[in-house]
Amino acid sequence: MKIPTSYRPLIILLIGIALVTGYAWMSGDMHEPVKVKGLAIKSWTTTNGARVYYVPATSLPMIDVRVVFDAGSARDGKQFGIAQLTNELLPEGAGDWNAQQLAERFEDVGADFSNDAERDMAVISLRSLTEKKWLDTALETMATIISQPRFDQKDIDRDRQLQLVSIEEQQQSPEAIADKLFYKNLYGDDHPYAHSSMGNKATLTSIKREDLVAFHKQYYVGKNAVVAIVGDVDEKQAHQIAEQVVGTLPAGETPAALPEPKPLAKSVTVRQVYPTTQTHLLAGVIGLERGDKDYFPLYVGNHILGGSGFSSRMMAEIREKRALAYSAYSYFLPMHVRGPFQMGAQTRNDKAEETLKLMKQELRTFVAQGPTADELEHAKRNITGGFPLKLASNKNIVQYLAMIGFYKLPLNYLDKFNQQINAVTLKQIKDAFKRRVDPDKLLTVIVGADAKQQ
Amino acid sequence: MIRLSYHVANHWVSSTAEETLNFLKHFVALFLLGLAATSVQAAASVHEYRLANGMKVLVKPDHRAPVVVAQVWYKVGSSYEWSGLTGVSHVLEHMMFNGTKKHGRGEFSRIIAEQGGRENAFTSRDYTAYFQQLEKSRLPISMELEADRMHNLVLDPKIFAKELKVVMEERRTRTDDQPRSLTYEQFYAAAFTNSGYHNPTIGWMNDLDTLNVDDLRAWYKEWYAPNNATLVVAGDVDPDDVYAMAKRYYGDVPKGKAINFKPRQESEQHGERRIVVAAPAKLPFILMGYKVPVLATAKDEKEVYALDVLTGVLDGGNSARFARDLIRGRQLAASAGASYSMYARINDLLILQGIPANGHTIQEMEAALRGHVERLKTELVDEKELQRIKAQVIAAKVYEKDSVFYQAMSLGILESVGLGWQKQDEYVDKIKAVTAEQVREVARKYLIDDHLTVATLKPLPIDPNKAPVMPLPERH
Repeated sequence: MKIPTSYRPLIILLIGIALVTGYAWMSGDMHEPVKVKGLAIKSWTTTNGARVYYVPATSLPMIDVRVVFDAGSARDGKQFGIAQLTNELLPEGAGDWNAQQLAERFEDVGADFSNDAERDMAVISLRSLTEKKWLDTALETMATIISQPRFDQKDIDRDRQLQLVSIEEQQQSPEAIADKLFYKNLYGDDHPYAHSSMGNKATLTSIKREDLVAFHKQYYVGKNAVVAIVGDVDEKQAHQIAEQVVGTLPAGETPAALPEPKPLAKSVTVRQVYPTTQTHLLAGVIGLERGDKDYFPLYVGNHILGGSGFSSRMMAEIREKRALAYSAYSYFLPMHVRGPFQMGAQTRNDKAEETLKLMKQELRTFVAQGPTADELEHAKRNITGGFPLKLASNKNIVQYLAMIGFYKLPLNYLDKFNQQINAVTLKQIKDAFKRRVDPDKLLTVIVGADAKQQ
Repeated sequence: MIRLSYHVANHWVSSTAEETLNFLKHFVALFLLGLAATSVQAAASVHEYRLANGMKVLVKPDHRAPVVVAQVWYKVGSSYEWSGLTGVSHVLEHMMFNGTKKHGRGEFSRIIAEQGGRENAFTSRDYTAYFQQLEKSRLPISMELEADRMHNLVLDPKIFAKELKVVMEERRTRTDDQPRSLTYEQFYAAAFTNSGYHNPTIGWMNDLDTLNVDDLRAWYKEWYAPNNATLVVAGDVDPDDVYAMAKRYYGDVPKGKAINFKPRQESEQHGERRIVVAAPAKLPFILMGYKVPVLATAKDEKEVYALDVLTGVLDGGNSARFARDLIRGRQLAASAGASYSMYARINDLLILQGIPANGHTIQEMEAALRGHVERLKTELVDEKELQRIKAQVIAAKVYEKDSVFYQAMSLGILESVGLGWQKQDEYVDKIKAVTAEQVREVARKYLIDDHLTVATLKPLPIDPNKAPVMPLPERH
């Protein structure tokens, strides 16, 4: 059943515009309220405990299947990089097929396969035509990759080398260096979010074949899997597909919850001198978890502070008024346990100090005073009015399904989204920011050349 | 892992990683994965109109979701610029957000945001495009604003001075502090001499430093007119309604003078060119570019489709030759790629690139890439490889329809480089018709040393105490 979501009548939006401009479209044919359909998500559990989320999309003869495991780098333990390496190795050899054969099986039928591991999630995704012969080949290959990876030693050695190159790649990017320092110092050495999902040279070289086999055995299991399916297949087919791609995995166990991160006790500044023309600036605190009770006030508040491009205060102050940076932003990244709140900008080295000061000042003002009523109204219109864009492609929908499933958000999360946004008040934003973002316990990361030497 | 979208500069970076990624993916797909570069739809599904002032209107209905994408494409970009004036198209694109006679600075963005829209603009070598993505009933708002800034732009010298600094920061972020981007910029400048592809889209820093508001005024006057623009609308719309709306909003924009510019086709290259870029970096990198025709310039179109297939043979997926032989087989490369933009406006390069794996040198990498070129010249491509590429092309044409933005974008590109949007309908059949002999033939004809440019990135130690000398661009 599709649940219609009610929207504020367009006329209210038009009045808002009229105050600013008063234009010809006022007399146009735009009196209909915006109608947006919610998503009719079907959800069930496979025989081995995997949670499945499905939405039919019949207008194109194609399907997206996204399988997500709680097997990201937060599950690395002491072997930093093992989640990434395990995930990387899945399509390098599985069942009777080597990497070349697996790749040919997908590409012969025009299927797109990809895989990746982040901090929380290990992702395996497939896009295929629904033409039976082609789809069967693609699904069989995907299922084999997930359930029967070979972890041949030669493949391990090669992928390990490639991962080491990726680490060097990060070392030549000031942006990546800053990001790495940010997580390391924000989460402290003991938290599983502190290290980069790539791991480091010492940990990577110590990983043995049996470690990878064990990691796969523990985490690539039914109870730890979420399957999202969007495409031109009916519900019965969707059931079969889910069983096919993850049904042969042992049920296994859901891993233990990650430890709660501890916020910094006081402000910390980390500086790395690096020979670039710009300095990369990051500042932040530990922020939100998925499903957090403060999610909506903080989301809307951040939209105003630095989450909405030109409508945001950071962009106005740093770029538009002072031309200090091309990009200035802030975001909350909600994760299994509290992910970061981060502000960032890049500026020429001699302006780094000024820009950083501004960033911090904007944060301080926002936390102390909150947004204005106008800003809140504008943000709500932007977020709710843009809702149809969120669900305009199968690609977006399958990503939302996987997120809803992975973080166990309510099935009507998207249907209620606009309602939740509209319910946010000024007081809630101010209150949530005060409790959750302390400008006196801020991590600051500075990567760039020392301007005084230039 | 190699950053792919070198030729694009844009107004602002999306604030979420997801949006940025999606935005970049459009470009990656369009500019480099030549095989996946155009959607194919039944010709009847695109509706073409022309306004009295010369503006072309293309409408592609797609009723899957209640959204609309509106894009205005101008036929101007960095390849239209000349020495001393580089970067002007892109700076002008930035200034298009900075106010008209009716709407003050930043108001365009504010209004679109109020309507729940997403908007941005991008400048490339061959075109400058502005777009809004909105709930479908908001289309008139986009049209009113876009028509307004087509002819009413206010170029305020003070705002210009600020915006120029923003663009310089953009250049530092995207190019100056990125060793591979820097190499790429020098590579194109070496490969092309008199052609407009010599210029980086973002502009040389010194040209930016001396750019003035009168340069922008002249550029705006020269190129921003309905007869040099295409409006592309895709989404949940009725074509005739869109046409009526376009007449209402764009119809009054005065026609500009006839567009007239010099083609500046690159002159013949006589012998291999080699350059080295030395910059602080960890990983070496090589770019090899062969001069090739593109669809807009080819005497024989078949050659272009054969070059596109050739690119796919080398790098059309994880089963293609580079992944199979260079990354997995001999393990020489950490990354290897081939790219070719058949929809460039003027003759371009077919590019091979690589990052050596640990323990291998840039010389080995080059030798291995050259080995693959030789193999294409001597052996016929396997029938299975050809079939695989064709399967991917057939599937890609379906996948592309999942993105309304992408559908609009392919129409805009084809129109803006002078090919006409109808060209996309030919793509699959032309690719299907390519034979192994034709692939060998174009390899022999075009992948020759006399038309080759090689650029290598030589990593310098990353010495924290050696900051780059930065010309401080204080305005005069």
